[in-house]
Amino acid sequence: MSIGFIMMVHTALDRVSQTARHWASSGCPIVIHCDKSVPKKEFEAFTDSLADLENVSFTKRYRCEWGTWPIVAATIEAAQQMLKTHPDVGHVFLASGSCLPLRPVQELRAYLEARPRTDFIESVTVEDVTWTKGGFDSERFALRFPFSWRSQRYLFDRYVALQRLFKFRRRVPENLTPHLGSQWWCLSRATLSAILNDPNRASYDRYFKRVWIPDESYFQSLVRLHSKEVESRSLTLSKFDFQGKPHIFYDDHLQLLRRSDCFVARKIWPHATKLYASFLSNDPSVTKNAEPNPSKIDRLFSKAVDRRTLGRPGLYMQSRFPNNDWENGKTCQAYSVFGGFSDVFVNFETWLSKTVGGRVHGNLFAPDRVHFAGGDTVYNGCLSDSALTRDQNPKAFLTSLIWNTRGERQCFQYSPADSQDIAQFMASDPNAQISVVTGAWAVRLFQTKINSSVIRKEAARLQTIEAKFLDVLRSPHCKARVRIWTLADFVEAPMEHLQEIIDETSPRSRRRLNEAPRMADLDGFGRFLQTLKNQGMNPYLAGDFPVGSAGTVQDSDPQRPYLVK
Amino acid sequence: MGAFRSYRLRLQRKRWLIRAFRKRREMTCVVDRTKDIAPTDILSFTTLRNERVRLPYFFDYYRKQGVNHFFMVDNNSDDGTREYLEEQPDVSLWKSEASYKRSRFGVDWLNWLQYKYAEGHWSLTVDVDEFFIYPFCDTRPIRALTDWLDASSIKSFGAMLVDMYPKGRLDERPYTEGQDPFEIAEYFDSGNYSIKRNAIYGNLWIQGGPRSRAFFPEKPQGAPALNKIPLVKWEKSYAYVSSTHMLLPRGLNLVYDEWGGEKASGCLLHAKFLDTFSAKANEELTRNEHYAASAEYKAYAAGLADDPDLWTKWSERYINWRQLEILGLMSKGNWA
Repeated sequence: MSIGFIMMVHTALDRVSQTARHWASSGCPIVIHCDKSVPKKEFEAFTDSLADLENVSFTKRYRCEWGTWPIVAATIEAAQQMLKTHPDVGHVFLASGSCLPLRPVQELRAYLEARPRTDFIESVTVEDVTWTKGGFDSERFALRFPFSWRSQRYLFDRYVALQRLFKFRRRVPENLTPHLGSQWWCLSRATLSAILNDPNRASYDRYFKRVWIPDESYFQSLVRLHSKEVESRSLTLSKFDFQGKPHIFYDDHLQLLRRSDCFVARKIWPHATKLYASFLSNDPSVTKNAEPNPSKIDRLFSKAVDRRTLGRPGLYMQSRFPNNDWENGKTCQAYSVFGGFSDVFVNFETWLSKTVGGRVHGNLFAPDRVHFAGGDTVYNGCLSDSALTRDQNPKAFLTSLIWNTRGERQCFQYSPADSQDIAQFMASDPNAQISVVTGAWAVRLFQTKINSSVIRKEAARLQTIEAKFLDVLRSPHCKARVRIWTLADFVEAPMEHLQEIIDETSPRSRRRLNEAPRMADLDGFGRFLQTLKNQGMNPYLAGDFPVGSAGTVQDSDPQRPYLVK
Repeated sequence: MGAFRSYRLRLQRKRWLIRAFRKRREMTCVVDRTKDIAPTDILSFTTLRNERVRLPYFFDYYRKQGVNHFFMVDNNSDDGTREYLEEQPDVSLWKSEASYKRSRFGVDWLNWLQYKYAEGHWSLTVDVDEFFIYPFCDTRPIRALTDWLDASSIKSFGAMLVDMYPKGRLDERPYTEGQDPFEIAEYFDSGNYSIKRNAIYGNLWIQGGPRSRAFFPEKPQGAPALNKIPLVKWEKSYAYVSSTHMLLPRGLNLVYDEWGGEKASGCLLHAKFLDTFSAKANEELTRNEHYAASAEYKAYAAGLADDPDLWTKWSERYINWRQLEILGLMSKGNWA
């Protein structure tokens, strides 16, 4: 018994000729259908190139437009010719011109001889198909499609709409359950001749002539009527991308194809010289004679589709610039924003970086320059510390920083004195962890020990800005993880609040804080606030500080007031 | 985009084409080998001036990647550039003594040549110091890419300009003819780019990199644009608007995905910062033939006098396209 190959070709005829020669000289009869759109001269050169092989023959040429009936008609004709002229053929293998055999013919022959009655054809009912593109699944079989999708798109669309409007449904021929599957199959002689000699074939053909993409459903449906043993998978490795167009194999896929142990793969890039040179051989030493296992290739291509459709979260670049809220991750990982903490605590940044281990920056959005960790003038990714560059596009600055430092958590200080353009973006970002001690800016003003109208004006300005920021954080559109305390509330139990933040920042460490940051000296702070009030400015964001005290209990040790045991 | 706006863009496109038609007289053909061009050939288009030392490697690189024919417009070279180009078997050469600036930095000339010769071809518009990197460029020729683009019905392919620079002063390691310039200028900035969308033309406007960082920290909006669309399946109705930053019709500028996905894209490695640079910058200052009254070159001259080293400890050393892909400067999209 031998295997007969039907090849449907329309382009790269030199490669087809190579592949056909390989199969034919390994004892497999070939029937080739060449598309009518190939110029006569080219076709003749092609037939001449295979003229010396007696088991290669050609069929009548049809003009096969994608997704139309002539493809099936040509296949039927080629199959009939194959069965008639080559009585020793046990299985018929439908291949395209861009198919490449990956394993020696003798292995395929042995494989099929061990399964003489099995039909390898992907055949799935419409309900179970997930891969159809363009929205037609059951409608493929229920509507009529007399117009070409490629060249008569307008008529195609209008006619579909019309049929939908009138709720037109075609009657499926009796006994027939529409099935779908890959166009590339390998059927046993018995099944194929049963399909071709079916007494009802004329009515089936009539029906399928108006079905959408019949080459994916004709044999796939009819095989269910005649086959004893359907193995619903294709022996041809063929992967499709998100637009339903086949992935192409290149020279650098050589090892991947080798290890897939599939028998035939498509599509091969016609200029993939190395692939053609390596695979068109019957040397059995290169393969392991294993079951086909295309999972590695599956993974590669499904990753490619994910890259195209979902992209890398948090990345903004020349070919990925998502519209607002389509980012699939506004930034690429979580980061922490601290408002007011460096005013409340002395050396808060040093303490924080010791505690959480990430990178702790100063005020990244300060008006004078970007305060990177360690006072660097350039940071990861060569981000410049120029405030003007940053303010030209603050969103690009922040998203670049977070992207550049993938794998390391970024923390930074943010105060009302900073550029506020980024606030809205951070609030809308679920990756942002924003903790604010409101009114803490007053501590810094208090520390200047100046008491004049300048301070009062500055306090009023900062308070207005912070109030706006709080509005953003409290808006229903805010997606960030937000914590807000007034200064008075916070200093009541600072360690508790810090613990909460730290636990969320580095959930794995889960340890109690044993070293507390040193609090700023708030002696007389209540008095300072009262003075502001007396001058007509109410620092309400700081909360209620009793006049004449630092606000809360003072321990005997002012250096480490809130050490938690 | 309303009908009025799109009609105005249409008029504008026609205007650029008419301008290209008018400017064609400024060029004279030196060598015409366009008869050798086969229907599927990949063409490249370049304007240049005094770049003799760079040419051998330029041709080496692009021939290896599979460019079949080179269109060159020589603007007043006097260093042997023209003689060298005349001898190349796959070059068609034009010369022009007219103003580079008034031809809109060569765009008009190239628009004309593309109009005349590039229809139906994939056309790559690059300067002699720009080297096209695309996904799998180490294992697949440009034709693999263009075949894939054809199969995917994609008509234009974006490649951002990545400025490369050496460690240390620019003049420390002189460039010799035929050498890979990225043996010297081997560093680049990986993550300091700012992107905005151009509402009129629909393209992205990218700024940043070492030029913005070192020369424009006080005036970042003046930093040069880095977005480029160098590879286009040309039609007679197409026109580059400003350098290769954008084209009309505007659909060609949509080389980016707006719904979260990534389209395939490449990079143009820019070998500008070699020892030849300071001489060039000084010359351009006096010639005043560059964009925005050569503001860029003025900034360079000032910046280089202060601190001629563009390198920082965060500079990334170039390895291959996969590195650029991982860093997020380019993408494979769904090409695998």
